[in-house]
Amino acid sequence: MTATLDAPTPAAATAAAALPAPPPAYRTPIVLAVLAVVTAVMALATPAGATNVRISTNTDLFQIPVFAVPGRATAWLLTVLVLAAAAYAFVLARGRRRIPVWVIVVAGVCALLALLVLISAGKTQVVPVTGLLAGTLFLATPLVFGALSGVVCERVGIVNIAIEGQLLAGAFAAAVVASMAGSAYVGLIAAPLAGVAVGALLAFFSIRYQVNQIIVGVVLNVLVVGLTSFLFSTVLRENPQLNSRTALPTLPIPLLSEIPLVGPVLFRQNLLVYLMYAIVIALQILIFRSRWGLRLRAVGEHPKAADTVGIDVNRTRWRNTLLGGAVAGLGGAFFTVASGLAFGKEMTAGRGFIALAAMILGRWSPTGAVAAAVVFGLSDQLRILMATLAVPVPSQFLLMLPYVVTILAVAGFAGKVRAPAAEGIPYVK
Amino acid sequence: MRLELRGITKRFGAFTANDAIDLVVEPGQIHAILGENGAGKSTLMNVLYGLYTPEEGEIVVDGVPRTFAGPGDAMAAGIGMVHQHFMLVPVFTVAENVVLGQEPMARGLIDAGSAATVVRETAESLGFHIDPNALVGDLPVGVQQRVEIVKALSRKAELLILDEPTAVLTPQETDELIEIMRTLAASGTSILFITHKLREIRAVADTITIIRHGRVVGTAEPTTPETELASLMVGRSVSLGVDRAPAQPGEPGLAVRGLVVRDAHGVPVVDDVSFDVARGEIVAVAGVQGNGQTELVEAILGVTTPEHGSIELAGRPIDGLGVRDRLDAGLAFIPEDRSTDGVVGEFSIVENLVLDRVGAAPVSRGGALDVAYLRRNAAERVAEFDVRTTSIDREVGTLSGGNQQKVVLARELSRDLSVLVASQPTRGVDVGSIEFLHRRIVAERDKGAAVLIVSTELDEVLALGDRIAVMCGGRLVGIVPGGVSRDVLGLMMTGMPPEEAARQAAEHHTLLGEADLAAELQAPDGEPAVVQDGAVVQDAAVVQDASHESEEQR
Amino acid sequence: MTTAPEPGGPGPEPSTAPAPVEPEGPTRSESFVHQVLSSSWLLTLGAILLAVILGAILVIVTDPDVQAAAVYFFARPGDLFAAAWDAASSAYVALFQGAVYDWTASDPARAIRPLTETLTIATPLILAGLSVGLAFRSGLFNIGGQGQVILGGIVAAWLGFQFQLPAVLHVLLAVLGAALGGALWAGIAGVLKARTGAHEVIVTIMLNNIAGYLVLWIVTTTLFASGTPGVSKAVHDTARLPALLPAPFRLHWGFVLAIVLAVGVWWLMERSTLGFRLRAVGANARAARTAGISVARMTIVAMAIAGALAGLAGASQVLGTEGMLTASVAGSIGFDAITVALLGRSRPLGTVLAGLLFGALSAGGRLMQTRTGTPLDLVLVLQSFIVLFIAAPPLVRTILRLPDPEKKPSRKRPARGDAPAEQAGAVA
Repeated sequence: MTATLDAPTPAAATAAAALPAPPPAYRTPIVLAVLAVVTAVMALATPAGATNVRISTNTDLFQIPVFAVPGRATAWLLTVLVLAAAAYAFVLARGRRRIPVWVIVVAGVCALLALLVLISAGKTQVVPVTGLLAGTLFLATPLVFGALSGVVCERVGIVNIAIEGQLLAGAFAAAVVASMAGSAYVGLIAAPLAGVAVGALLAFFSIRYQVNQIIVGVVLNVLVVGLTSFLFSTVLRENPQLNSRTALPTLPIPLLSEIPLVGPVLFRQNLLVYLMYAIVIALQILIFRSRWGLRLRAVGEHPKAADTVGIDVNRTRWRNTLLGGAVAGLGGAFFTVASGLAFGKEMTAGRGFIALAAMILGRWSPTGAVAAAVVFGLSDQLRILMATLAVPVPSQFLLMLPYVVTILAVAGFAGKVRAPAAEGIPYVK
Repeated sequence: MRLELRGITKRFGAFTANDAIDLVVEPGQIHAILGENGAGKSTLMNVLYGLYTPEEGEIVVDGVPRTFAGPGDAMAAGIGMVHQHFMLVPVFTVAENVVLGQEPMARGLIDAGSAATVVRETAESLGFHIDPNALVGDLPVGVQQRVEIVKALSRKAELLILDEPTAVLTPQETDELIEIMRTLAASGTSILFITHKLREIRAVADTITIIRHGRVVGTAEPTTPETELASLMVGRSVSLGVDRAPAQPGEPGLAVRGLVVRDAHGVPVVDDVSFDVARGEIVAVAGVQGNGQTELVEAILGVTTPEHGSIELAGRPIDGLGVRDRLDAGLAFIPEDRSTDGVVGEFSIVENLVLDRVGAAPVSRGGALDVAYLRRNAAERVAEFDVRTTSIDREVGTLSGGNQQKVVLARELSRDLSVLVASQPTRGVDVGSIEFLHRRIVAERDKGAAVLIVSTELDEVLALGDRIAVMCGGRLVGIVPGGVSRDVLGLMMTGMPPEEAARQAAEHHTLLGEADLAAELQAPDGEPAVVQDGAVVQDAAVVQDASHESEEQR
Repeated sequence: MTTAPEPGGPGPEPSTAPAPVEPEGPTRSESFVHQVLSSSWLLTLGAILLAVILGAILVIVTDPDVQAAAVYFFARPGDLFAAAWDAASSAYVALFQGAVYDWTASDPARAIRPLTETLTIATPLILAGLSVGLAFRSGLFNIGGQGQVILGGIVAAWLGFQFQLPAVLHVLLAVLGAALGGALWAGIAGVLKARTGAHEVIVTIMLNNIAGYLVLWIVTTTLFASGTPGVSKAVHDTARLPALLPAPFRLHWGFVLAIVLAVGVWWLMERSTLGFRLRAVGANARAARTAGISVARMTIVAMAIAGALAGLAGASQVLGTEGMLTASVAGSIGFDAITVALLGRSRPLGTVLAGLLFGALSAGGRLMQTRTGTPLDLVLVLQSFIVLFIAAPPLVRTILRLPDPEKKPSRKRPARGDAPAEQAGAVA
C-alpha cells in the first residue's frame, strides 16, 4: 500500500528476473556441421588441378587476366569456412543467442562454391566468376520481388500463396503492354498493375468474404494460369504483334560499373534490377522504422490492438495486399521484358513458390529474403553452369535444393522461424 | 470530462446486450459498473469506445452529443480504455505500443527518442517507471497493464475505462492499481471501472451503477452492504456458499510428489509441488491466474510432461502413462476452458458425450462406433444433467456456456472415477447453473471421489474447498483449512507463508479488507468486526472461519 | 473476436469469452472446414452457374468473329449478339458433347465414348479429392496431392515393370505399393508437422516441387528409361488395372476402386473410431488432446491415409489409363483435387460428384478445343471461379439474390450468450 510506486512490485521483480533464456537449440549448428561434412566430402572428391577463373569482362576498364585457382586448396579453404560458421553457430546456440541469417547464408554460399570448384577443377573451360555472380543476381531478381511481396502481405496478416500467380500476371501484362507500346519500359508500368489485380482478388475474397487465405491463394494461381494460357492461345495467337520480344536495355552505371568484380555484377544490370535495390532498401527501412511499417506490423501481429488505437485494420490489409501484389507483379516483368522474351504459358515455372520459400527462410524481413533469394539464385546458376561443363550430375537435384532447404527451415533446422501472429486470420470486429 | 450516456441500446441479432442504458460520469469521479459475467458491461464499454455502433441512444461528452465510428473517434473525444485482454503487441517495445496510431515523426520516420520520452514522462506523472525499450511480451502482466494506462493517458484521455482490470492481478498489485486510480481521479480524470468483484468496488468507487441482463437495475453508494450489491447484481438473494456436509476423507485418491514442470524457456512454472487429496474430500487450489495451476492440472492429466516428480492415482503411479491411460485409470477431467479444451463445438451432443471414451466398449467395438449406444447414452445424460437443448444432435457450439459445461460434466461424471480434477468449473456460467454444478461436484465427493478444484475465484474456492491450497509463482505456498479469510488467502497468493499471512492479515488489512471492515461496521445487523482485529492470530483458521461465516450470513 | 471458429463461444461480453483463440493451424482449418460444410446445394449450383457465365464472357470477348462484329456494332448490332451467342454456345455444346454424349458422332460407340472418358478422367480426381477432403476434415491442408500422385505413380510403375507375377497378385501389389509410396511421401509432412510444428501447407508445397523434379530425373535413369524421352518402360499387362469396357474405351477398374474407396472413406470418417478421432482433432485439436486423443499420431495417420489415397490416383494413371510412367503423370491432378474436395465439401459423395463434374469439364474441354478452337485452359478458369464462389457463399447470394439461411427468424436460440455467433457464422 505504498502511495508511490517507483519501485517495481516484488511479484513483478521476481517474474522479470526469473525469465531466463530458452534452452539451447542445437538444430541449426548441427545442420551447419552436416553441411561442413558435405563440403569436406566435396573437397576430397575435388580432382587435382586448377580452376581457371576469369573475373574481368571484355568491356572492363581494368583487365585482370584469367588466372588459375588451385582446386583442392580452395575447396578445403571453403570447408574450413563452413566449419567456422558451424562452430560460430554452436557458440551462439550455447550462449542461447540468436543465430543471424548471414551465418547460414555464408555457409550455404561456401558450400555451393565448393561444388563449383568440384565441377570445374582440372577442366580447360574458364569459369567466368563475374558472369556467374551477375547471373545469380539476375536469377534472384524475381525471387526477391516475390519474397518482398510475401513479406509485405504476411506482415500485415494476409498469407500470400498467390505470389506465383502475381508473377505470371505481371509477366503477361509486361509482355503485352510493352509490345503494344513498343517500349519495354511501359511494360514495367503494366506489370505491377496486373499484380495489383491479382492482389485485389486475394484481398476481396480473404478480407471482404473471409475466405481462407491459403485456398484463395491456391485457386488464384490456377485462375491466373488458366486466364493467361487462355488468352495466350486465343488473342495472342491471333495477334502475334501483341506478344513480341521487347527487352529492357542494360544500363551500366557510370564509374560504379567499372569497379572490378563488383561493378559488372551489381551495376551493369537493367532498370528492373536497380528498382529491386531501391525497393529492398526502402522496405527494410520503412517496415521497421516508419509509421506505415509500425502500423503494418501491428495489424499483422495483433489486429485488435491496432483497431483500438484507431487504425482501420481491414483498410490497412487491403492497401498492403495491393502493394504486395504490385511488388510481385513488377517482379513478373523479369520473365518477359527483363529477359527479352515473349510471354509463354506457365513461364514462371514455380518461381513464386521459391519466392515464398525465400521469404520464410529470410524470416519475413526484406534483407533476409534477399539473402535467401541469392542463395537460391546461385544454385540455379550453378545448374546452368553444370550443363555447360557437362557434369554428369542430374540437374534436378540442384533444382530441388531450395525446396529441401525450405523444408529444413520450417522444421526448425535453420534457426527459429516465426510468422506474424495474426497471419491468415480474418479480422472481424 | 463529464460523460453522459442516454438510452444506449445495442442488439446482436435477436439478443439485446444493452437495453436503454443511462449513465452519467462526473469529472474526476470513479464510477463503477457492476454486473455479472454476461450482463452487458463490456458491450457497453465497447459501444462507448466506438468498437460497436449502438442501435439507439446517444453519447454526450461535456454537453456535446458525439457519434463514434471507431476507437479513433472515441480517443479524439478524450476517452481511453484499458481492455481486459491487453491490446498490446507483444513483439513491440513499450514505446512502440504507446505511440502506435499517433506516432511522433522526425525526418519521415518514427521519432524513437520522443516516443521514449512520452512513455517516461507519462509513467512518472503516475508515480512509476517503465523502460520504454523493453519488449512488452517480456513484461509481467501487472506492468503490461501500466503500459496500457500510459498508452491511454498519452492520448490525452480525460475518461479512462478499466475493463475488469483486477482479473489478472494479485491483491497487492490490485492495491497499487487502486492507488493509480486515485491519483488519476485526483488530477481530474474520470474513471469508469468495470468489475463483477464487489469488494473492489466498495474500496475505490465514488458511485456504482449495477447492470443486469443489459439494463441498469440500480445505483448504489460504496457503503452499500456487499450482499445487497450482490442481490442487485444477480437479481435475487444468493447464498455465497454451498450446503454440504463436512468431508469424510478416506483412502488416498490423488498424490502429487515433488512435481516440477518447466515451460519452453526453461522457467519452472510448477516448482516442487507436493500434496495429497483423499477420497471423499475436495481440495481447492487458489491463486492468481498464471501461477502454475494450469500446468499443474495439465501435468496431472498428462498433456504436459513434468521434469521431476511423480503422480499417483489411487495409490498407483501413473507417471509413464498417456492421457488415454490416465482417463482409463479413473481420472475425470474438467478443463479450464471448455470451448477450447472441453468440447468440440462442431460435434453434436451425442458425439461430445463420448469424446474421451471412444476406442473401448461399450462406445465402440472392433474399431466401429456403436451408434445405438451413443444415442441412448446421450438421451440419458441430457435428461440426468438437465442440458437444455432442442435435440441431442445439436452442435454443442450452439449451446449456452452453462449447458456446454453441463455436457462436459455429464461426460466426465458418467463413468467410474476415483479422482476428479476440475479447473475453473464454473467460469462464464450463469448463476443458476453454478449452483447445480457445485452440487454435482460435492455429490461426487460424497460418493467417494478425490476432488481437486482449481479456481481463481475466491468465492468458489471458499464455497467448495474442504482444504485450500494456494499457489504462487509455481510453488505451493501452503495448504490451509477451508473457510480461511480472504485476506489470508490474498497474502498467500503473493507467496507469503500461511502463518505470516495470518499474522499480517490480522495486523494490517488490505484496502479491500478495510472496505470489508467498513461495510461490516456500518452494516445494521453485522457482527462486530472488531473481534477480528482484536484476535490473537495463532490459529488463523479459527479467526477466518468467523469472518467467513459473518459474510455468509449477510 | 477474430475468427470465432466455435459458434457460441465468444458471447456479446468479451469479458466472459475464453482467452483469444490461438492462431495456429488447426484453428484456421477448423473454421474453414466449417464454412465449407455449411453451405448448401443451391449455392453449389449458383456457383457453377456464375462460373459458366464468366467463362462465356471470356469466350465471347476473345472470339475473333465477335471482335469483327463489334467493329460495326452500331450499323448492325444484331450481328454482335449473334456472334456472341454463337461463340459461347458452340463452345459449351462442344464441351457437353465431349463430356457426356456426342449426338453428332458416326456410331453409337463414339457417341457414348465421351461419358466413359469423363469417368476415366474423373477416377484420379475422385481419389485425390478424397485425399484432400479427408485431410481437411482432420484439420490438415493437403496441398501436396501433386507430389503424392507422383510418388504413387513412380512406385506403381516400378513394381509394374520390374516384377513378373501372376495377374491379380501383380496388380494388387502394384496398387498397394502406390498407396504406400503416397503415404510415405505425405507422411514426411505429417511427421514434420507432428514433431516440429512445420506447417503442412509449406511442407507439402515444397514436397510437390521436389517430387516434380524427382520424376523428371527418374524417367531418365537406366532403371526406368524407355526409348522415348520422358516416358518409362511400360508396365506388364499383369500389373494393369483391367479395362471395364473393350477398346476403344479407356475406362478401367480404377473407377470402381475409386467408388469403393469413397464408400470406405465414408465409413471410416462417420462410423469408425479412427474417423471419430480424426474429425475430433480436425474440429478442435485441443479438446481432442484433452480427451486423450494423440493429436500428433492423428496428424501423421491423417496425412498417411490422405497420401495413400493420392498415391492410388497415381496408380490409376500409371496402371490404368497410361500403362507407363510419364514425367507429367500427375498433370494437374493434385491441384484439381483441392478444388474437387472443396466443391464436394470434403464429403465422399460430394467428392465423387465434384470429381465427375471436373472430369466432365476436362474431357469436354478437349473436344471443345479441337472442335471450336476454344483452349482447354478455359476449364481451369471455370474450375477456379467455381471454387472461389463456393468459398464465398455471401457473394453468390448477393449476386443471385438467394435467401440467407443464417438469418431465418425461426431459428431457435438459447436465451443469451451466443447472439454474435450468428454474425460470426454469417460472415465466416
